[in-house]
Amino acid sequence: MRILGLYNYWVFVFLMMVGFYILISRRNLVQEILGLTIFQTAVFIFYISMGSIVGAEPPTLAPGVEGIVYANPLPHVLILTAIVVGVSTMAVALALVVRIKEAYGTIEGDEIADLDTASEA
Amino acid sequence: MSEHLPILLVVVPLAAAAITAVLRSGRIAWLVTLVTSWAVLGISVSLLVQVLRDGSIRYVLGGWPPPWGIEYSIDSLSAFVLVLLGGIAAIITPFALRSIERELERGLVHFHYSALLLCLAGLLGMTSTGDVFNLFVFLEISSISAYTLIAMGPDRRALHAAFRYLIMGSVGATFIVIGIGMLYMMTGSLNMADLAELIPPERNRTISVALAFLTVGIGLKLALFPLHLWLPDAYTFAPSAVTAFLAATATQVAVYVLARFLFTVFGMGFTFEVMALDRILIPLCLLGILAGSMRAIHQKNVKRMLAYSSVAQIGYVVLGLSLVSLTGLTAGILHLFNHALMKGSLFLAMGCIMYQVGSVRLDDMRGLGRSMPWTMAAFVIGGLSLIGVPLTVGFISKWYLVLGAVEQGRWIVAGVVLLGSLLAVIYIWRVVEVAYFEEASGDEPVREAPISLLIPTWALVLANLYFGIDATLTSGIASGAARLLMGGG
Repeated sequence: MRILGLYNYWVFVFLMMVGFYILISRRNLVQEILGLTIFQTAVFIFYISMGSIVGAEPPTLAPGVEGIVYANPLPHVLILTAIVVGVSTMAVALALVVRIKEAYGTIEGDEIADLDTASEA
Repeated sequence: MSEHLPILLVVVPLAAAAITAVLRSGRIAWLVTLVTSWAVLGISVSLLVQVLRDGSIRYVLGGWPPPWGIEYSIDSLSAFVLVLLGGIAAIITPFALRSIERELERGLVHFHYSALLLCLAGLLGMTSTGDVFNLFVFLEISSISAYTLIAMGPDRRALHAAFRYLIMGSVGATFIVIGIGMLYMMTGSLNMADLAELIPPERNRTISVALAFLTVGIGLKLALFPLHLWLPDAYTFAPSAVTAFLAATATQVAVYVLARFLFTVFGMGFTFEVMALDRILIPLCLLGILAGSMRAIHQKNVKRMLAYSSVAQIGYVVLGLSLVSLTGLTAGILHLFNHALMKGSLFLAMGCIMYQVGSVRLDDMRGLGRSMPWTMAAFVIGGLSLIGVPLTVGFISKWYLVLGAVEQGRWIVAGVVLLGSLLAVIYIWRVVEVAYFEEASGDEPVREAPISLLIPTWALVLANLYFGIDATLTSGIASGAARLLMGGG
């Protein structure tokens, strides 16, 4: 029961490791960005799970409603900020990939490394 | 007015960044940056004076009292780092005018200043905030603008270097978010002072994992060996002024953040007694000092050589922190400041050479000792400081570091510090030999760098000498800050 109850956290760890693995194993720059995005998204799930309470209502204030258990809204607000940060990081990363494609004619990490060693020699 | 200085420090460069982004003229953008950086220096100096006189400043944002609202908390350590940031920005901006105009395309110049100001705002925010999530936001502001700054480098390899830095930096930042999340899970607070009280002193698995995530995440930002792989390329291919700025500020702020988390948030007892983090950090620092210095010796590009030397210098700084003694911490904080001065002046000298010669490869520096005497003299003094020769700042911090190691009977640590200095002699000498004892190879005579580049370079060089001869000011502040971190007030 205890293990099933931590379902959200298993998903978080699984997604995080999937993203991290893609990030490390792939040499294509766009695939690396995909891995990074999955990795970051996993953390969003971690934060959102953290704020939830069993049987809790969304934290909205209405007249005449009292004595209700609310979910903690703060982690959700925090992660809203982190989502914005993640999107801007991805935007900069994709812009860099476009520039790399223009400058090198490829977005394969290995081919870029080869071109760099060729120009060094 | 004066009670709002902590927030003005961050808001002024942020607003200036927005203004420079819409300006079409690079020169006007530069002027705005210049005024802003001097204003930042002024504000940070007055904050330091205020902190030294009246003790720590706590500023509450928007009237929401902590731990609910975001709080800015400036003590002597953060004020010291703020002055360093303001000073470096105020010196490098005058240098940037001609250097950046030569190295960047015309249309990019004003965007460069915008990104520079954003990066500065982020670094200042990281240093002054007392809220861990706010720290992450500022970290990302400074990092994302640093990626774009590096990508503007004249060589196409700058793009790939910036991309690698982006991937590793984002992984580091995400690790930091995970760590902060775990801290929040256990304590329900994000305020540093609050966290320090709420974190249970005994062993707790979630808190331990949070410490691990935060240390690795900050280590990536810090380029702590063996997480330094992004640094050499990023420093080599970034525009000269950007390299000098980042080398003198970004890593120093990352060290500050590491010290803040290890000492203030988690507390010395938890970090070093329960978790025994020093047993991991000290060997890594020693390896970093040796590996960084050895790699530096074999480089053909002098900027890359200095970048590897930065990896070694970061080893010294973190080594100071992880000795966990008053002398060790003082050494770490001093070296944080001094390393900024020496690397700033060395990279600015490289900027002068890049401006006149168009290359910083060792082969292209033949005979520069005669054709660019002032630039090479600046390099030599910066290099002596890096080695740790008496009368330079490098000597002061290494003296404290060796003292701290000997105090605890760690002879191996002291030995490695001295060995690292010897290795620094070798790589600095390689440049001196080529520049002074070999004949110029090119047909066209190389002229000395323009005075507008030499003045900022020499300002930092003279700071190297001044704080090396009279270290009472810096070492006084550093030991005060060290005592504060150790919890002695």
